[in-house]
Parts: sequence; C-alpha cells; structure tokens
Amino acid sequence: MNVLVLAASNVGTKTKTAMSYIHKTLEEKHSEHDITFIDFIDKKMEFADGRNYLEWTGDTLEVTTAVMNADVIYIGFPIFQASIPAVLKNLFDLLPVNALLDKTVGIVSTAGSEKHFLIAEMTLKPILNYMKAHVVQSTVFITEKAFSRGEIVEDDIIVRLENLTEQTLTIAKAHEQIRIEEESKYGF
Amino acid sequence: MAKMDINKNKPLEFGLYSLGDHIINPLDGKRISQEQRIKEIIELAKYAEQADFDVFAVGESHQEFFTTQAHTVVLGAIAQATNKIKVSSSSSIVSTTDPVRLYEDFATIDLISGGRAEIIGGRASRVGLFELLGYDVRDYEELYEEKFELLLELNKSNNITWDGKYRAALNNIEILPQPIDDQLPIWRAVGGPPASAIKAGRQGVPMNITTLGGPAASFKYSIDIYRETAREHGFDTSKETLPVATSSLLFAADTTQEALAGMYPHLNVGMSFIRGQGYPKGQFAQAPDYREALMVGSANEIIEKILYQHELYDHQRFMGQIDFGGVPYEKLMKVVDIMGAKVIPEVTKHLGGK
Repeated sequence: MNVLVLAASNVGTKTKTAMSYIHKTLEEKHSEHDITFIDFIDKKMEFADGRNYLEWTGDTLEVTTAVMNADVIYIGFPIFQASIPAVLKNLFDLLPVNALLDKTVGIVSTAGSEKHFLIAEMTLKPILNYMKAHVVQSTVFITEKAFSRGEIVEDDIIVRLENLTEQTLTIAKAHEQIRIEEESKYGF
Repeated sequence: MAKMDINKNKPLEFGLYSLGDHIINPLDGKRISQEQRIKEIIELAKYAEQADFDVFAVGESHQEFFTTQAHTVVLGAIAQATNKIKVSSSSSIVSTTDPVRLYEDFATIDLISGGRAEIIGGRASRVGLFELLGYDVRDYEELYEEKFELLLELNKSNNITWDGKYRAALNNIEILPQPIDDQLPIWRAVGGPPASAIKAGRQGVPMNITTLGGPAASFKYSIDIYRETAREHGFDTSKETLPVATSSLLFAADTTQEALAGMYPHLNVGMSFIRGQGYPKGQFAQAPDYREALMVGSANEIIEKILYQHELYDHQRFMGQIDFGGVPYEKLMKVVDIMGAKVIPEVTKHLGGK
C-alpha cells in the first residue's frame, strides 16, 4: 500500500515530532509499504482556486498527487483558533470531490491546551467523512507536556501513537479486502 | 432566434460527440498517433451518419491527452466527408475565443456542409487554456457571458455594432462569410447543476446539458428550472425554439455484462488520466439500472434509459460520448452499429416518430 505521513503545519515542531515518530515506526515495522513523509514546513503550497489538482505545478502538484496516490494517510495537525490550520484546509480545498474514497485516515492533533481535545472530532472528521475517507475513530491528542526538545517523552503518548499506526493499517487492509471481495462479484 | 432545425421526423435526435481525448488504450497499453486519432474521429462521423445519427460534434480541450484543440478544423474535414449529419461542437470554448472568429469558422463550416453547422458554446472546465491563449482566469465568468452575448448578436444580423470589455469595439462591420440561412443554431453548454441552466434560461438560448452519471432524476431540476426561467423572461419555450439536449457517456453491447466489461477499463483509466481519479467500480456496477444516467448496457437497457429520461426531461436530443479513454475504433463501430440497428429505431418508434 502507499502510505503517506503528513505533518500539516507550516510552523512549530510538535506536529512534526509526532508524525516523525509514526514515520519511524512505519519504516521499522512495515517497510513492505511505500512510505512517504511530507512536512508542510518544507512545501510552498498555492491557495486552491477551483482548478483540478493536476493543473498545478511544483510543491502543490507534488503534495496533492501524493495524497491522491495514497491508500493510507496519517494526518497530524496543530490547532489554530479552535480549528485545523489553514494549510490543512487548503490541502482539502485543492483536492477533488470524493478525493479520499477508499483511503483510510489516522488522525493526530497537537495543541497548547487541553481545551482543544475535541477539535479533531468537531472540525476534521466532518471534512474527512464528506470526502469519503475511512476514518479511524480513535485519534491521538497531544499537548505541550508530552514533548521535550524534539522528542516525545510521555510513554502514554508513545503507546497511543504506536496503536494508531497499527490500527490504521489494519483498518485499511480490512477495507481493501472488502473492496476486493465486492468488486470480484461484478465480473468485469 | 435562429432556426434550430430539430429533425421533425424524430421526437428525439441522436448525436455522438467527441472531446478528442488522446489516451492510451488500457487493454494493450498503447496510444495511437495524433494523426490516427484525428482521422478516426472523422471516420467515426461518417460511420455515425450511415447509422442514422443526426448530429456529430467535436469539442476543444487544450490540455495534455487531447488532440482536437483546433476543433473547427476537424469539423471542416467532417463537413466535407459527410452529407446529411449535423456538424456541431461539444463544445467551443467561447470564453477564450474571439466570437467573430468563431462565427466566421462556423459560417464557413456551414457553407462547406450545405447548412449543417451549429455551435454549442461552453466556458471551459480547466484553467490551463486561459494561460495558453492569453486570458486571465479571474475573468472566467464575465469572459464567457460577454463573449456569448456577442456571439448571439452576431447571429442576428450581417452587420454588427458592438462595444464590450474583452474585445475591441465593432462599428457597423459586416461579418463574412455568412451561413447559408444567415443564421446558425447556437446552443449553450451547461454542466449538471442548476446555476448555469438558470443562466441559459435567462438568455433564452437552447441548452445542452451534461448528464454524465448519477441518478438521471437529479438533472430534472436543472431542466425544469431552465424552462421556467426562460418563460419568466418572456421566451417561447416550445421545443422548436428552445430545445434541450443531454450529453452522456455511452457504451452499448450485446449483453449487460459485455457492456460493463467493455466500457469500464476505458472509463476508469481515462478518468485517472484527465482527472487524476479513477471511476469507482462499485458505482459503475450500478450503471445499467434504468434510473442511472450513465448510458451503459445492452441495447434494451439503453432504450429503457433513454425513454425513462425522455419522460423526465422531455428533451429533443441525446448526445453520446463513446470514444472516451482510448476506445479502439472497432469497438466504436460496434457501439454505433447497435445504436443504429436497435436503439435509434426503437426509441423513435416508441416516441411516435417516423
């Protein structure tokens, strides 16, 4: 499967640190998959204007194509103004309707305050569902105290990230099986 | 309003249209040359004519994997190669063309074809051609509206006086050549949603609406509101003045299963190439249902679908796109054969035509 790990923030280190951990876990335990890591800090994305994603060039085309080609996507994001960051919403706006059909998405959110615990539920999941993703219901929510100098220092969070990594792959495989079984009935 | 020349012997006209896409044939992974593709489109027009199709249309698309960017040139060749089939566009991108030039081209095609030319004017679904042809995509909406208005004005008289934002003014200038009857049928190309259908109604122009896929009933609202808006604006909505045409992907075969297996790889790969997203197999599997707009199935299923849609829409023309996604020419001929031998005569008979 094509697995994409996205650190969807253009500032800061927490999201990158968390997503790097998922990326490392995947590389160590699931190297049979094609794994790509994209950090939005390194990408210059254009604002969506309604065109098909194939009509972009540069980083915008590279990132959108990586999403469209992925079977599994881990999305990590910081919380800005009680919502997902603009760079992540822009990514969704760049993609076609139903862009996440047959894709499984695992979610990690990082925040400066416990108050933001439900932001993934309230703002990200509705978008992913609208775009037809299979969304892993358990998400990982991480606040400041779990990080120290670019590393995760809380065992609880490490275990939860590892669980999310595994669970997302398992759910993706199950959906893939269901799809293959369904499609084999069609006879074409 | 220009005479629409809808075939009086047929309650529903049949047409084929091509966007001139130039994609690999997914069955053998090969892509024919541009030259062969264009020649096959011209051959297909001739073949459609002998199978009793009323219209053949070619569209322009200025992106990768297409080959009829100069669609009026291809239509000129078709005009010369055929005798009775109407020669139309599917569509001509009015937004990025000088309407005077467009009118000259189609008036010329009308003269070559002996009065068989018509224009279906659209506004592009891609942004690349704005850059290619020197326009600003931020003017997307207004470019189309202004230029389409000018195109309609050009159709009203031989001399034109006009002033607008996106082209130099015209002061009592004679447009030459003129079509055989001094007028061309001009349709407005409309996507599925109602917003554009309302605009077509407000303008009082015939509408060609795409009904590519999904429940056929979902397009009924757009067609109803088109006629309603046209009536509200004082236009005669009779079939002769404001006909409605629908455009759909089409694949007919001897059996349902053959149709599904015959079309799916082309549709799926074609969509991947031009939209970056394949066609979901589960959705496609539902297509033979008569209530689904995508025209795939056996001859009887296609007949049932068209009759069902006619009940919903009361449309005057059905346009099918059979060559999307690298479909080899022999397969195209087979679809045309089935349409000509069964579908067209049966539908015509059911609807009380001759």
